[in-house]
Amino acid sequence: MDTIPTNYYLILSAIIFVIGALGVLVRRNALIIFMCVEMMLNAVNLTFIALARQFGQLDGQIFVFMVMAVAAAEVAVGLAIVMAMVWHRDTTNVDEIDLLKG
Amino acid sequence: MELLFFIALGFLALVGAIGVVVSRNAVYSALALLLNFAVLAVMYFMLNAQFLGVVQVIVYTGAIVVLFLFVIMLIGGQLAPGSTLASGRRQTRVAALILSVLMAVGLSIVVVLGALAPTTGIVPDFGSVQAIGQVLFTEYLLPFELASVLLLVAMIGAVVLARRPKKL
Repeated sequence: MDTIPTNYYLILSAIIFVIGALGVLVRRNALIIFMCVEMMLNAVNLTFIALARQFGQLDGQIFVFMVMAVAAAEVAVGLAIVMAMVWHRDTTNVDEIDLLKG
Repeated sequence: MELLFFIALGFLALVGAIGVVVSRNAVYSALALLLNFAVLAVMYFMLNAQFLGVVQVIVYTGAIVVLFLFVIMLIGGQLAPGSTLASGRRQTRVAALILSVLMAVGLSIVVVLGALAPTTGIVPDFGSVQAIGQVLFTEYLLPFELASVLLLVAMIGAVVLARRPKKL
């Protein structure tokens, strides 16, 4: 069984990462920006796992595990912030979040 | 044959990724994100990472996307006017486009130039639960325990932040 070259996975992950970055830059809805950040994290995870297989070492997979733990924490706190934002300002548009501006 | 499978999967992943960015409705974005995550889980299986494939399904598609959908339904799925794709500032969009093209080209060049040797001899149980657990509980025990503290702090933080304000 011939396996797929690691390069293909890396290129796919690069494309997904760039799409996610584009979404973060272009969209103004906080929820969509969060989703794009998650997508970028996943693209990087794919890179880690592809390279872990490439070099036959498990460290990459352990790192992906840690990234998943941090991503879960980030989503919980981030979505709580979005909820607080909606209750205080009734908006999810990141351009209108300027409470600290005085 | 396997390459064909990979191309089909990659296509699906890209459809999901683009769907997240261009959808008008946040619920559709979340569902596209679900597609993207599920496809990546299949790819983890193809890459000898069975444990992480299962964790991906449980944590990302099972917990994170559901959490997103929950919040979307709590605050209303319809986007406020002025938060669709075309509503950002023009300069922002142009800058984003240029930056993304640059980043895509740069990453691709690096990947193509740094030609990797074909993968050889993977140990049979590479990426299995046993192998991961062995490493996780010996070499990476401290980060593992710290992750539990991080999750506890995040949970408390989320509970505190998401309380409805008492008076406003």
